[in-house]
Amino acid sequence: MIGKCSSCFMKVNGVPNAKTCREPVREGLVVERQRGWVPPAAGVEELGSVEFREVETDLLVVGGGPAGLSAALKASECGLDVVVVDEHFKIGGQLLKQTHKFFGSVELFGGMRGFQIAEEYARRIGSSERIRVIPRSAVYGVFRGGLVGVVGENSHYVIKPRAVVGSTGASERYLDFVNNDLPGVIGAGGVQTIMNEYGVKPGDSALVVGSGNVGLIVAYQLLQAGVAVRAVVEILPEIGGWFVHAAKVRRYGVPILTQHTIKAVYGNGKVEEAEVVAVDENFNPIPGSEKKFRVDLVLLAVGLEPDTRLFSQCGAVMKWSPDLGGLVPLRTPDLETSVRNLYVAGDASGIEEATTAIMEGWVAALSAVSKLADKSRASRAEEELEKINKFLWEEYRASPVLARARRGKQSVTVSREEMEKIRAEHPPHVSFG
Amino acid sequence: MPNSSFRKTGVVSPEELAALNLLPPEDRLKKGPVVVLECPEMIPCNICVPYCPTKAIKMEKLIDIPAVEWDKCIGCGICVAVCPGLAAFVVDTSKSDFDYVTVPHEFIPIPRVGDEVVLLNKLGEGVGRGVVVRVWERNRTYVITVRVPKGLGMEVRAVWVER
Repeated sequence: MIGKCSSCFMKVNGVPNAKTCREPVREGLVVERQRGWVPPAAGVEELGSVEFREVETDLLVVGGGPAGLSAALKASECGLDVVVVDEHFKIGGQLLKQTHKFFGSVELFGGMRGFQIAEEYARRIGSSERIRVIPRSAVYGVFRGGLVGVVGENSHYVIKPRAVVGSTGASERYLDFVNNDLPGVIGAGGVQTIMNEYGVKPGDSALVVGSGNVGLIVAYQLLQAGVAVRAVVEILPEIGGWFVHAAKVRRYGVPILTQHTIKAVYGNGKVEEAEVVAVDENFNPIPGSEKKFRVDLVLLAVGLEPDTRLFSQCGAVMKWSPDLGGLVPLRTPDLETSVRNLYVAGDASGIEEATTAIMEGWVAALSAVSKLADKSRASRAEEELEKINKFLWEEYRASPVLARARRGKQSVTVSREEMEKIRAEHPPHVSFG
Repeated sequence: MPNSSFRKTGVVSPEELAALNLLPPEDRLKKGPVVVLECPEMIPCNICVPYCPTKAIKMEKLIDIPAVEWDKCIGCGICVAVCPGLAAFVVDTSKSDFDYVTVPHEFIPIPRVGDEVVLLNKLGEGVGRGVVVRVWERNRTYVITVRVPKGLGMEVRAVWVER
């Protein structure tokens, strides 16, 4: 329920398989339950009129989260016209559900709460004449000639951009265990959507699986909403997230059980009980160590996977990186992929965090500006890009808590010369510009 | 500190804080309220630095562990309000009858001055009861100063209002 999965599929106004986490409440709305996937009706169905528009723009930003919005703003400030496409009716991506204060420096929005950063971005974008946002829409394909197909609410766009920033984010991982399809088992991001974005208390007592920052933060937010958090379980011998986030839940009495995982959930039609088990150093369950918790919620915070289908479809050369959560496009230090003028930024470039996503958005936008804008703007953009990259790599990512993401991102970054060789060997089937 | 016990437990010990110069020295504690920054990791954050009104907190780089100049700190608690990690506390163990602790608080109900609250340690264990003496707010983080039994100044790290 972060807008990427099928967990909340229902029939909305007669149309099946609608993501209800992305449906604004409106007059006359009819929502019906559906069971499993409903195949599309056979034959042609009359769905009413669809408006068709062709749009030319300097920069297309796919995904309006922290990376995409910072890219859009930076590019517009440098004189480019920008179109932002986002699936949600509100821009901000995962920032919308982040109620905790962000780390960083004042210039990097440190001290602001995530949703406040989203509000600030929405305000700046709303007052920019160069940025056009197409909400509630999705890129469905990229075609030869660099045309990008977008479907929105009763509208169909074909966009011809000179450059594209793919800031498509990530989706939550799921976990195998007995009865994991019982209602009450839900992604941590999904609960953040329900609870923090829409103000609905998701249950009375919870078990959180995974102690990365997402797991720790959501445990704290559950406590704030009045949900009892019985425990956070972590399969590794150490807590995954930052100490300060762990300390915040510990001091309100939430145990963090390292070297434990979830074995099963039980209940009649919904989660009523969760069973956890200790694991040895090879992650094998230790028989006899099972513990049961009376809970009605089991939150999975077991990592994210970059959403990179757009890049694959364009023929960008991809690399598998466990440190980054999966398959990501190779990129130059300027974040250009092997598809010329296609840039990657944010979690789509490898799972990291929101502040680095913002900085990557700036880098991607400035790269585009350095190629598309007039000479003086281009050279200023290059200078700024160098500065941001230097800070990002040499100062920000020097933090030991970001070591894994840094290692991953190093492993998928190649020099511009190397990228030219890769392009010659694996020519992409589409190009922009 | 990859092998630190706080990475396993989420609880940082006074010894671990002292090793990082994050524990106020004894003679400074005797003088009055002073900050304890329970911030033992090199996370990329320096929000406490620009907000400190006496420039008592120093960081050369964004990822540094904060360094406190103990004699400059006046124990005002502004860092308690602004720290994104909710890792800043003010302790006053200088009085003979009671200790005082200032903690961040982001739960409803918000305690009011005069309320009796449950005192929690770093493990979330109830260690006693205290009386709220000051409450203020900044960007939805409430800063609560609570009077606690003598000897609990370095123990108490949260308060809980019984419903």
